[in-house]
Amino acid sequence: MADLALDPRVELNPPLVTGGQTYADLTEKISSITEQPPPKQWYFGMAIAVPVALLLFGCLTYLVSTGIGVWGNNIPVGWGWDITNFVWWIGIGHAGTLISAILFLFRQKWRTSINRAAEAMTLFAVACAAIYPLFHTGRPWRAAYWLFPLPNEYLHIWQNFRSPLMWDVFAVSTYGTVSLLFWYVGLIPDLATLRDRAAGLRQKIFAIMSFGWRGSARQWKHYELAYLILAGISTPLVLSVHSIVSFDFATSVLPGWHTTIFPPYFVAGAIYSGFAMVVSLLVLARWIYGLQNLITLKHLDNMCKVMLATGMIVGFSYGTEYFIAWYSANPFEQFTFRNRAFGPYWWAYWTMITCNVLSPQLFWFKKMRQSLVGMFIISIFINIGMWFERFVIIVTSLHRDFLPSSWGYFRPTWVDIGTFTGTIGLFLTLFLLFLRFLPAIAIAEVKGVLHGQIQREKGDH
Amino acid sequence: MSQLVQINPTSVSGKQYWRSLNELSGRPEFREWVEREFQDNASELIDSGSRRTLLKLMAASFGLAGMTACRRPVEQILPLSKGVEGYIPGKPMHYATAASLGGAATGLIVEVHDGRPTKIEGNPKHPYSLGATSAQVQASILNLYDPDRAKAPKHRAVNATWEEFSSFAKQHFTPAKLGDGAGLRIVSERSSSPSLASIKASLLKKFPAARWIEYESLGHDEPRKGAQIAFGQPLQAHYQFDKADVIFALDCDFLGLDSLTILPIKQFAAKRRVDGQDSSMNRLYAAESNYTLTGAQADHRVRVRASDAGMLALMLAKELNVPGGELKVVDSASDAARKVISAAAKDLAAHKGRSIVIAGPRQPAAVHALVALINQTLGNDGTTVVYTKPAVEPTDQLAAAKDLAADLNGGKVSTLVMLGGNPAYTMPADADFENGIKKAQVSIALTADENETWSASEWRLPETHPFETWSDALALDGTLSVQQPLIEPLYAAKSVLEVAAMIADAPVAKPYEIVKTTVTATWPAAEREKRWKLALRDGLVAGTASAPVKTAADVKKVFPQIADALKPAPAGFEVVFFPSSHTYDGRYANNGWLQEAPDPITKLVWDNAALISPKTAGALGVTDGGYITISGGGKQISAPAMILPGHADNSISLSLGFGRNACGRVGQGVGHRAESLRTAGGFYLMTGVQVAKSPERYSLVTTQEHHTLIEPITGKPRHDIAVDVTIEEFRKGPEAHEGAQHAAAEENMTMFPDFDYSKGYQWGMTIDLNSCIGCNACLVACQAENNIPVVGKDQVNRGREMHWIRLDRYFEGAEDDPQIVNQPMACQQCERAPCESVCPVAATVHSPEGLNEMAYNRCVGTRYCSNNCPYKVRRFNFLNFHKHIQETEKMVFNPDVTVRMRGVMEKCNYCVQRIQEKKIQAKAEGRRTLKDGEIITACQQVCPASAIVFGDINDPESRVAKMKKQSRDYSLLEELNIRPRTTYLSKVRNPNPELA
Repeated sequence: MADLALDPRVELNPPLVTGGQTYADLTEKISSITEQPPPKQWYFGMAIAVPVALLLFGCLTYLVSTGIGVWGNNIPVGWGWDITNFVWWIGIGHAGTLISAILFLFRQKWRTSINRAAEAMTLFAVACAAIYPLFHTGRPWRAAYWLFPLPNEYLHIWQNFRSPLMWDVFAVSTYGTVSLLFWYVGLIPDLATLRDRAAGLRQKIFAIMSFGWRGSARQWKHYELAYLILAGISTPLVLSVHSIVSFDFATSVLPGWHTTIFPPYFVAGAIYSGFAMVVSLLVLARWIYGLQNLITLKHLDNMCKVMLATGMIVGFSYGTEYFIAWYSANPFEQFTFRNRAFGPYWWAYWTMITCNVLSPQLFWFKKMRQSLVGMFIISIFINIGMWFERFVIIVTSLHRDFLPSSWGYFRPTWVDIGTFTGTIGLFLTLFLLFLRFLPAIAIAEVKGVLHGQIQREKGDH
Repeated sequence: MSQLVQINPTSVSGKQYWRSLNELSGRPEFREWVEREFQDNASELIDSGSRRTLLKLMAASFGLAGMTACRRPVEQILPLSKGVEGYIPGKPMHYATAASLGGAATGLIVEVHDGRPTKIEGNPKHPYSLGATSAQVQASILNLYDPDRAKAPKHRAVNATWEEFSSFAKQHFTPAKLGDGAGLRIVSERSSSPSLASIKASLLKKFPAARWIEYESLGHDEPRKGAQIAFGQPLQAHYQFDKADVIFALDCDFLGLDSLTILPIKQFAAKRRVDGQDSSMNRLYAAESNYTLTGAQADHRVRVRASDAGMLALMLAKELNVPGGELKVVDSASDAARKVISAAAKDLAAHKGRSIVIAGPRQPAAVHALVALINQTLGNDGTTVVYTKPAVEPTDQLAAAKDLAADLNGGKVSTLVMLGGNPAYTMPADADFENGIKKAQVSIALTADENETWSASEWRLPETHPFETWSDALALDGTLSVQQPLIEPLYAAKSVLEVAAMIADAPVAKPYEIVKTTVTATWPAAEREKRWKLALRDGLVAGTASAPVKTAADVKKVFPQIADALKPAPAGFEVVFFPSSHTYDGRYANNGWLQEAPDPITKLVWDNAALISPKTAGALGVTDGGYITISGGGKQISAPAMILPGHADNSISLSLGFGRNACGRVGQGVGHRAESLRTAGGFYLMTGVQVAKSPERYSLVTTQEHHTLIEPITGKPRHDIAVDVTIEEFRKGPEAHEGAQHAAAEENMTMFPDFDYSKGYQWGMTIDLNSCIGCNACLVACQAENNIPVVGKDQVNRGREMHWIRLDRYFEGAEDDPQIVNQPMACQQCERAPCESVCPVAATVHSPEGLNEMAYNRCVGTRYCSNNCPYKVRRFNFLNFHKHIQETEKMVFNPDVTVRMRGVMEKCNYCVQRIQEKKIQAKAEGRRTLKDGEIITACQQVCPASAIVFGDINDPESRVAKMKKQSRDYSLLEELNIRPRTTYLSKVRNPNPELA
C-alpha cells in the first residue's frame, strides 16, 4: 500500500506503531490475545453482558407472545423506543464501514489498528438494529418474510415499493451483507496467521476459516484488489443507508419529519455516534489488553477530531431545522419545533443539545483529545445525546401533530427499557466474544504500516 | 373446467414407435385391445365410465368416514325441514320491537343474524325514534349477552329453580297468608305497559291494601307535577323544537340525558340546518351549572348554579311581564347572566308562538309551573308546546320511598317484591334500603344482574332482557308499541310481567297471551289477527297517540303557589346529580361499550368525577384527580375532582351510577358512588353542602385533554380545524368565512397518477358540524357494527382506545366560560392517502370506488400508516383485546365484519360490508345502479341529528354531492393535498346581535 500521507512532516505524523515493535512482536501481541486465557476484566465484562443479553431474549419472548402493548407505544405515538433504538444502532454501525472503506480509499493509515474492531462493532450494531424493524411489527411472524419479495401463492401480491420501510429493508440488508463480506475478507490473512500458530482442532477450524490462505504474492495481489473493490462498494453504502433510514421520516407528512435536510443530517449524525461508540469501546479494549502501542493517542486524537466535525454538522442541522420552520411560515411546523424545545418533552430536547452540541466543543482543546478519561466520558455523552436525538425526532413529532384532539404522551414501560438495555448486552457480548476469539487488530495491515515506518527509520539512518 | 390438450394420434408425425407388429399394422381389434384398461375376463364394474365412478364412490366414502370424527355439538339439531317463511340462512332478519326508559318507549328495529340479535337501529316509523337511537340504546344489546347476568334463581345463596319459586308463590300470595295485603309492598321501575297495568290491577284487587311503588332513580315527574300546579291536571309537555326559533333551556339538557328519547335532537337539528346564505336557524339560550350537550350547542350560555335556576326563571318571567301578582326577584345573578336574561327575554317576546322555554327534570315542580306560565304568556301553547295526558301518572316517589323505608324499619312489611331495577342502590341514601330489604319477612327481587338488590334479598330471580320477552309500552305521546322477543331467554330468566302474573295468579300467565289480549282488547274480533300482525311488523299501533289537551292556566291563582315555593337557595356549594353517559343511573354499569365511550363533554372514561369550575378548583386548591370530601344532608362522600371549563362556580356535578359494589366484572368498583350522598331531601339538587380538599389522589382517564384550538406554547389559534362562523359572517358569503380556512394547495401536485373513477361509484361523506351535537351515538353504533373491542381504563390511559370514530371536543374562548365545538373524526378516506404509500406490505390500499381499504390479513403492524395519518384515526391492536371475551359475548359480533387479531391496524372503512351488501342486492335485483341513500353507514343511520351524509359523489344528484357543493363545505387539513373524501360543513352560530 502506497503511503499517501498528506503531510510528510514527521512531527505532525507521529509513528502509528510505537514501542519499537518488530513484525514478530506484532504477531505475538495480537495473536496471543486469542490464544491465552482472557484477563479477568473480560470475565467481568461477560458477567455483565451475558445476563443483560438474556434479558433481551426474555423481553422479546414476552413481546411476541403478548403484543406490542407491552411497550409504551400508543396512538398517536406509533413508534417509540423501538425505532429510536433502531436508528441509534444503525447510526453506530456507520463508523465501522466509514473507517474501513472511506478512510481506506483516502489512504488514511491511522485506520489500520482500529478498523477491525470498528468493523466488528458495525456488524454487531447492525445485528442489534435489525432486531427492531422485525420485532416492532405487530405480527413479526409475518413481517419476517412478507417484507421480502418472495414468490408466494398469490402471485399478484407484491410489496409496496413506494414505502420507505421497504427501501429500509433493502438498504439495511445490503449494508449488513457488504459489511460482513468486507470484514471477513479483511480477516482472512490474519486467520491464516492464527492457523499457522495453532494446532489440533483449533488449527482445523482456522484452516477452514482462512480459505487456504498461503500469503503468496499472487494471493496478495488478488486479495488487495478484492479489498479495494469491496471498499469501493461499501463507500456509497455509508451514505445511502442512513439516507434511506432518514426517508422513513422525510417522506412522511408529519411536521418535524417532513424535511429535506434529513439525509445529510442523519448521515453526519450516524458517523458522529459511530465514532463515539468506537472511542468508548477502544478506550476500554486498549486498557484491558494493553494495546497502547497499537492504538495510540494519535488514533484517538483523530477520532476526537472527526467527532468534533460531525458534531458541528449535527448542531448546524438542528439550527437549520428551526430556521426552516420559521422561514416556511408553516404554522404546524413552527409549533412542532417550539413544542420540541418547550413542550412536555423539553427535557429530552435539552439533553440532546447538551450532549450533542455542547459536550464535543471540549474537543477543541488538545488536552481533552489526549485525555482517555475525558474522551471516554464525552463519547458516552455523545452516545446518549444521539439516542435522544432520535427520540426527540420520533416521539416529540408524533405526540403532538395536526389535530389537538389526538395529542398524546408516550411513557416507556419496563419492557421498553429491558429490550433496549438487552440489545446493549447483546452488543457487548458479541464484542467481547470477538475480542476473545478473533484478532481484534488487523495484523497484516498494521504490519504494512510498520513496514513503512521501518523503511523510513532506515532511510533516516 | 380446465382444457386438456389432446394429441390426435392419427396426426402424430415424426418418428413412430410401435409395441408390436400388430400395432404397427394398426388393426382395429388391436387398438381396442390396447385401449381397454382391463383385459378379457377381468371383472369390471358394469357401468360405463366405471373407473371414475369407483373413484368418486371411494372419495365419498372416505370423506364420510372422516365426518364421523368431526367435532359436532352434542345438542340435538332440528333440521329446518319446515323453514321459516322468508328466512334465508346467513341473511339477517329485522324485527320491530321497543325499549323503554322511565316509562317512555322508543321503537327499534333489531338485526338478527341466525337467531341472535346483533345490532339495534331506530324504527323509522316510530315517532320517538324516526330511525335513530341514543348511544345508550345502541349499547343495550351488549347487556343481553353480558356474561355476568343473573342466570338462575336463588333462594338466599342456594341455587333454586323457578318451579320452587312458583310453588312458593302459589302458597304465599294467597289471602290466607297475606290477608288483604297490608304487609305487601311491590317496587317496580316506571312502566307505561298496559299489560303490566292490567296485572297490577288484578293484583291490587286481590290484595287491596297492598302498595305498589313505581320508582326511578332519575324521575321525570316534576314537569308533570308542574303542570298539575299550573293547569290543575298532570300533563305531559311536548316541546316542538322543530317549530321554535328561540329556545331558552333552564338547567335542561334536552339534547342529552334529560330527555327520555332522541326526538328533541332530531327536531332541534332540523331547525338548525343551514342550507344556503338565506337560511334561517334557531337560537338557543342555556342556563346551566354543568356543561352539557345542550350548553355546548347554545348560542348564549349562562353559568349558574342549578339551585338558582328558579330565580332565573323568575327574572325571565318579570322581563316578559308574565301577568299576575307581585314578583319577588331576589337578584343574585351575575351581571353577565342578567344581561343574557334580559336579551333573551326580548328575543323570546319577539318570537311569540315560535319560542320555547324549558326547564330540566331536576328542577322542582314550581319552576316547571312557572315555565308553563311563561310559555303561555309567549303564546307557545298549542304551537311549540303541546300538552297531552301523560303516559304514566306522576307520583311522589320520594315520599313513597320514605314511607316504605319507615314501614320496613317498623316491621310492617311482611313481603317485599322488587320487580326490576336496582332499588337497593338507587333509593335515597337516608332510606338505607339495602338494609331495609333484610327487615322484610320475605323479600323477592327480580333483577337483570346480581346487583345490590339481588344480594340483599331472600328470593333472587333473574330478569329477562327486553329482547327476550313479550311486553308492551307507551311512547311519551301515548303511542303503543309491542315489545317483541328476538331470542329465547339465554338463561333461566323471567320478565316482570311473568313474575307479576305469577304473584297475582292471573288467569293468563304467558306474556305473549297477556300482551296480545291487552293490546287487541278493544279491537273488533274480525280485524284482530290482521292488526296484531301489522302492529308487530310496524313496531307500533298506529293512531294510539294521545290527543292534545287544550288548557289554560289561571295565572292569578297559580302565582302565589309558585312564589311560595320558589325560595332563593342558600349561598355556598350545591351538588347536582346527573345521569351518567356511561351508566345512566347505574343500569349500564356492566356495559363495556358505554363505560369506554368517552363522556361527550369531559371525555372521561370508566369513571365519574366531581366536576367543578376552574375558579372553584382554585378556591379549593384542588387539581384534576385530587379528592374532595363533600358532606350534606348528614351524608358524606369523597370523590376525585375534575376541572371543567365553563362549569358554574360553587356547584359540583356528580354523575350517578358508579361505585357499584355488587356488579359484574366490568362495572364492579368503577368510579365513585354519588348515591351515598343522595338523600330524599336533596335528591336532584343538594344545597348547603360543605366541601373540603383531601390529600389523596386518583387517576382520571380521558381520551382527550382539555385541548383548545389555541396551541399551547405558541398561543396561536388553529381556526381551520373545526371551523365555526356566526350566521352574520356566513351570510356575507363564502369569502367572509373561508378567510379562516386553509389556502388550498394550488398546484395539486402528486407523484402518482390519479385514480380513474369515470365508471362506477365514488364514495364520499359529509359531516355537518352545525347539526352534530356530539352525543356519542355514532361512536357506539360503530362499535356495535364493526366488532370494535373494549380495551379498559388502563389501556385507554395508555392511548390505545379502539373507537373508529371519535368525537373531538374543543373549547374556545376564556377558560371560565368557553364555547364548545364538536367534530366527529373517523378515517377521512383520503384520495391521496398518506397511509397507503408508506405501508411496506400494501395492506392498506385504494379501492376502485375510492375507499381506503384495510386488508387485515396482510397487515404486519408496522404502525407507519398511523404515524403518517394527519388525523390519527387509525387504531392498532396493541394486545389481543378479544382475549378474555366470553362465549356469550361472541354472539354480539356482526358476522359481516372480521374480528381483528392482535398486531393488526384497523380503522373506519365507510362500513364497506354495508356497501357490498347493497351492491350485491342491487345486482341480484338486476339493477345497474344503487339509489342514492340506499347505502347507509352505521354512524349515519344512528345519528339523531342527521349530521352525517354518505353516498356516491360521482352522481351530481346525490345528497352528498349536493352537500359538498355548499359554501360551508371544507376539507380538513386541505393544504396537505391529501384530498379527504369526508368533508365537513362548518358550524354556524346564531348569537343575539344585542349580546355581540
